[in-house]
Amino acid sequence: MSEPRITIVDYEAGNVRSVQKAFQKVGGQASITSDPDEVIRADALVVPGQGACDSSMSHMREKGLVEPIKEFIASGKPFFGVCLGLQLLMKDSEEGDEPCLGVLQGRTRRLPPGQKIPHMGWNQVDFHIRHPVFDTIPDGSHFYFVHSYYADPDDKSVVACTTDYGVDFCSGAVWENVVAVQFHPEKSGALGLKIYKNFIEDIKS
Amino acid sequence: MLTKRIIPCLDVDAGRVVKGVSFIDIRDAGDPAALASFYDKEGADELVFLDITASSDDRNIMINVVKQVSEQVFIPLTVGGGMRSVADVKRMLDAGADKVSLNTAAVLNPELVVESSEHFGSQAIVVAIDAKRVTVEDASTAPKSSDQSLGLDESSRWQVYIHGGRTPMGIDAVKWAIRVAELGAGELLVTSMDTDGHLTGYDLDILKAISEGVTIPVIASGGAGEPEHLRQAVETGKVDAVLAASIFHFGTYSVKDVKDYMASHGLPMRPTD
Repeated sequence: MSEPRITIVDYEAGNVRSVQKAFQKVGGQASITSDPDEVIRADALVVPGQGACDSSMSHMREKGLVEPIKEFIASGKPFFGVCLGLQLLMKDSEEGDEPCLGVLQGRTRRLPPGQKIPHMGWNQVDFHIRHPVFDTIPDGSHFYFVHSYYADPDDKSVVACTTDYGVDFCSGAVWENVVAVQFHPEKSGALGLKIYKNFIEDIKS
Repeated sequence: MLTKRIIPCLDVDAGRVVKGVSFIDIRDAGDPAALASFYDKEGADELVFLDITASSDDRNIMINVVKQVSEQVFIPLTVGGGMRSVADVKRMLDAGADKVSLNTAAVLNPELVVESSEHFGSQAIVVAIDAKRVTVEDASTAPKSSDQSLGLDESSRWQVYIHGGRTPMGIDAVKWAIRVAELGAGELLVTSMDTDGHLTGYDLDILKAISEGVTIPVIASGGAGEPEHLRQAVETGKVDAVLAASIFHFGTYSVKDVKDYMASHGLPMRPTD
C-alpha cells in the first residue's frame, strides 16, 4: 500500500484536529469525518476523543457511527484508539448507563480517590507488549494524560502497557488489528509523534 | 509517577510575543510559533499563551497564532485572555488550543464555566484566579460580593481581582477556587498579585490553601525568580504544576536547569532530551 488513507472519526468528543495535525506532521494523509460510509471505506481508522462516555456514545449513535466502527474493527483493518477511543471499546463504563462499543469484554472504571482527578499531565508508561507501533519507544517513557476513567479489560493478555496513578491501570491495549492508548500521542511531543509515525509505517508494511 | 509540570507563559500582544526574549538564538524572538518550538525542545511540559491585546479588533489575530503554533508544537497549549462566551471558547479550541483559561469572564458570569465545561469537557477549562492578600483597609473598602456565600469574612486572607488585577471583587479567593471546581473547572491557575513580578518566590500560603481545598490540579503563578521557588511551590504550596515567565524569558535559567534542580530534590520530572 502506498499512501494509506487515515480516517479520523469526529463524533463531537474533543479535539480531533490536533490528532489530524499530528498525523500530518509525520507525513500521514489524515482526514476527518463523521460519515458512516467513509468510516467503512477507510484504510485505517482513528477514534480519538475526550469527555464523558454516555454523551459520546449518544453522539456516536445519533450519527450512525456505532455499527460502522464495529464493522471496521471486525474487518481486520488497522484501528487506533486514543483516550476515550480506548475506553469506549469496553462493554460498559462506570461513568454512565449507556452500553459502550463492547468490542472487548471489560469495564471502564473511575480512577481511585486519594489523588487529583483528572489524572492530568505526564506520566510513565511501561510496555508489556512490543507492538510495532511502540517501536523504539523506551520503557518508562513519559506521555501526556488527561482522564478520570480507565479501561479495564477482562482479558489481561491485551494489556500492552500500564501506568501507575493510585492503581496500575491499562494505559494501552493491543490485539489483532487494534491498538488503543489512554494517553495522547498528539500532545506528547516527539515520542508521541513517533507512535503515529510508527502506526503509518505499520499500515504500509 | 505523574510528574510535576513546568509551564512557560508567553504574553502575546497583537500576535507578537512581548517581554524580554532577546536572548533566544532564533531568527524572530517575537514569533509565537518559534518560541513555542524553542520551549518544546527545551523540555517544557505545556505552554500558556496569554493574549494581552487591548483592542478587541485585534483579537482574531490570536486565533491565527494558535493555529500556527498547534501545527508545529505537539504539547498541550492553554490560551487565556478576552474570552467571554462559549462561542469564544469554541473558536479558540477549534483553532488548536487544548485548554482555555477564563478569568474575568468566569467571575462576572460563573455560568460560563458550567456551560463551557459541559460543552468541551472539564479538561479544557482552566479558571485563572488573580488574588491579593486582604489588608486591614479592605474590611471597609472592598466591594460587597454579589454572591454572599463567596464574600470576604473575618477568616478571608485573599481577595479576587479581575480586569488584569485592576478591580477588587470582594470575593474570597479560596471560596472562589472551591466554587469554580464545583462548577466544572478542570484546573486552576492561581496568581498571587503580591508576589507577581517580584522574582522573590510564589505566595506559598495561598497555593497551599487552594490546593488542599480542591481535588483538581492547581498551577502556581507569580513570583518565580529561581529554581528553588518552583520547588517550594510544589513541596510547600502542594501544587501540581508551576507556571513561570521572566525566569525563562530572560534566559536566567532554562527549563532544563529548573527540571534538573527539582529532580535533584527528589521531585518527579519528565526528563528533557
